[in-house]
Amino acid sequence: MFGKLNWSAIPIDQPIPMIASGVVALVILGVLAWVVLAGHLPYLWREWITSVDHKRIGVMYTLLAMVMLLRGFSDAIMMRSQQAVAFQSQGYLPPEHYNQIFSAHGTIMIFFVAMPFVIGLMNLVVPLQLGVRDVAFPTLNSVGFWLTATGALLVNISLVVGEFARTGWLPYPPLSGLTYSPGVGVDYYLWALQISGVGTLVAGINLVTTVLKLRTRGMTYLRMPMFCWTTLASSLLIVAAFPILTATLAMLILDRYFGFHFFTNEAGGNVMMFMNLIWAWGHPEVYILVLPAFGIFSEVVSTFSGKPLFGYRSMVLATMAICVISFMVWLHHFFTMGAGPYVNAIFGIASMIIAVPTGVKIYNWLFTMYGGRVRFDTPMLWAIGFMVTFILGGLTGVLVAVPPADFLLHNSLFLVAHFHNVIIGGVLFGAFAGYAYWFPKAFGFRLHEGLGKAAFWCWLIGFYVAFMPLYALGFLGMTRRMQHYDVAEWRPWLLVAAAGAVIILIGIIFQIMQLTVSIRHREELRDRTGDPWDGRSLEWATASPPPAFNFAISPDVTGEDAYWSLKAHAKQQGLEKRELDYKDIEMPRNSPTGFVCAFFATIMGFALIWHIWWMVAAGALGAFATFVAFAWRDHDEYVIPAKEVARIDRANIEERRALTSLAGA
Amino acid sequence: MADTTLAYAQADPHRLRGIAHAAVAHAGPAPKRIVTGFGFWIFLLSDIVMFSCFFATYAVLVDQTAEGPKGAELFDLRRVAIETVLLLLSSFTCGLANIAADVRNKLWFQVSMAATCVLGLAFLYLEGREFADLVARGAGPTRSAFLTAFFSLVGCHGLHVSAGILWLLTMMAQVVAKGFRADIGRRIMCFALFWHALDIIWVAVFSVVYLLGSKP
Repeated sequence: MFGKLNWSAIPIDQPIPMIASGVVALVILGVLAWVVLAGHLPYLWREWITSVDHKRIGVMYTLLAMVMLLRGFSDAIMMRSQQAVAFQSQGYLPPEHYNQIFSAHGTIMIFFVAMPFVIGLMNLVVPLQLGVRDVAFPTLNSVGFWLTATGALLVNISLVVGEFARTGWLPYPPLSGLTYSPGVGVDYYLWALQISGVGTLVAGINLVTTVLKLRTRGMTYLRMPMFCWTTLASSLLIVAAFPILTATLAMLILDRYFGFHFFTNEAGGNVMMFMNLIWAWGHPEVYILVLPAFGIFSEVVSTFSGKPLFGYRSMVLATMAICVISFMVWLHHFFTMGAGPYVNAIFGIASMIIAVPTGVKIYNWLFTMYGGRVRFDTPMLWAIGFMVTFILGGLTGVLVAVPPADFLLHNSLFLVAHFHNVIIGGVLFGAFAGYAYWFPKAFGFRLHEGLGKAAFWCWLIGFYVAFMPLYALGFLGMTRRMQHYDVAEWRPWLLVAAAGAVIILIGIIFQIMQLTVSIRHREELRDRTGDPWDGRSLEWATASPPPAFNFAISPDVTGEDAYWSLKAHAKQQGLEKRELDYKDIEMPRNSPTGFVCAFFATIMGFALIWHIWWMVAAGALGAFATFVAFAWRDHDEYVIPAKEVARIDRANIEERRALTSLAGA
Repeated sequence: MADTTLAYAQADPHRLRGIAHAAVAHAGPAPKRIVTGFGFWIFLLSDIVMFSCFFATYAVLVDQTAEGPKGAELFDLRRVAIETVLLLLSSFTCGLANIAADVRNKLWFQVSMAATCVLGLAFLYLEGREFADLVARGAGPTRSAFLTAFFSLVGCHGLHVSAGILWLLTMMAQVVAKGFRADIGRRIMCFALFWHALDIIWVAVFSVVYLLGSKP
């Protein structure tokens, strides 16, 4: 009846997961109870859960990322504290638990923090920057988000029911095969990623189509803001790379569920094929994450320097070059596994070449700041912190791209330090810069500056204190993923690293405080004009938060930095006095398709993990029925009458006029 | 004759004179039909990337027979030829259905879709028979890495065809219930793209797996 599932799946004898999941369950129940009792449920359902508005979906993606960041960070702090105490002792985490923690940490941070964070920001901003009303496929967008949430949910369920993978964030066979991982841990990993991978693919297709086919009048390719270009590059990589992940995980599933021989040691299976396939996805994945961050920094540096982006065309070229070369370097992840000197040399050189377009970008940002009137608001601090940190991470990357050096550093803590250096210093700093930069756009008020700066400094200092020791430990020969160790000279470095994690924790606490304080003081922090930073691209041309239709009248673009030239024009002419010609606007109706579909996907995923076959069939049937029901509806759009559009737009124009005349006086 | 040539030249079929203009201005968002079709093409490309992984693994594992049977001993080219003909014919009838939808002819649409469905089911039946025969002969997917890769690649295509048939039946029912609405027209277009793409993949399967594999 319930497949492999029975009461022994719940780890009653292990206090840490029980307490952790008990607390999480209490928090979730508390929030749910509050939502229901305070009568917010109908509002949430109507305005958020069923929303197909790209801005709302973007916000939900970002929220998911931030909640999962807390989960991933608690894993991190457990690992740091375990290694701080586990000198010649077992520490407080038994090996099978410790292995689950580092696996869950990597999986969560990449798939459920970094990915939803950048996809959320792309969703929120790109249609606004392109001057259009929504993405190409709004309902599909909602489906994509909810499937990502399903994956995150499954990973968290593994905390209470059963176990998570102990194989690391990439389940290398034969360890991940049925012989060495007979439990459900790897299955949780596989199905969580398969389901959220579909969501990511959908988001990628949606964004590629949006950028290539939905741009407002006059928005030619070479007038798009840099963030749109990096979104295009990143989404193209999603479309080209995520199917590889899907195929690879499907093969591992076939091995585990039906005794196939893709990656087994028997009957001619080939383990190395898994490494090649997974990294043919995995390396582009790194650029899927970091390219949007580069886009964010381009927007932020140019806005806060009050200058157009230096070398815009070279930036476009560098972005697309990275997009292509990122597919030609995957083998550097396993130089040590016997491909031979010639193959290693080619991939080593390709890996070093990718530093060239990245270097171009760094110089472009520096030259954008040069001669500009730089304002040091929080987003700009993140950008500067990024430039310094990322250069360091990039250089250590070039170092490990040299095969002979890699033979010494492979799988050591040097490597762990390197990729945290680029992912925290690049992706996460970028996401935080984007969060601070676009928060007023999404919600209509700014985040508290002081607390934002405090959070930045804690993160920056905490990062260096936590990860510089790991470079040293790598040179001292410490390998990654050690549950305990006996080498005395490693200990001080690990204690320092643990202190670094605590500093980052303080940074996170500041971020939570910043959010709550900002919400409480939202009236003082209100952004009335929709243009709080003196921005240059079209998202600042509309109100904050933007109305459902984004732009009352589709903007006409005549050059780069579309909104900047509009403003310059308006200052010369005085704000446009002539009566605008408002028209009715058709917008897509909200739909529960995404949520319902994800509900069935959750059931199906859970049933597949536990081999409950009737439930798998029920879930699949439910998901199909949801799509048919969606296809059957007769009205998929509603009309906002011209009068209403005019009312909303005039209010914003009045605000802008009042503030400009104040500034003039 | 000269008039026709002149008219053709003035019609500017390749929009050469407009090029300077087109370079500065961009007309704005594309119409829905274009957006939907384009998005679906992107999906198809991603699907082809997925198939290419299965092709690649097949190429890696094709000689790993673990002292089991090789392709040449297993493949029945006559049956595969029939399968190919069925699938290519179904693409033709699918094209007819698309034309019928364009001219809003319900009868011909349903007839052609039904024919496509029957041909697709016949293809699946033959493929199922082939799989069942192999398993009965002790050459199932767990026998060797080669057979694992073979069953997965061909089976992945078969799964796509099955999903396509589910989609096809849904579209038939939808046209009965709703007629040729604009959004249904776009779905029919996407379905046709999907079905033709499966044909292209089958041509690759036929060549790479069956033709190359039948060499003794």
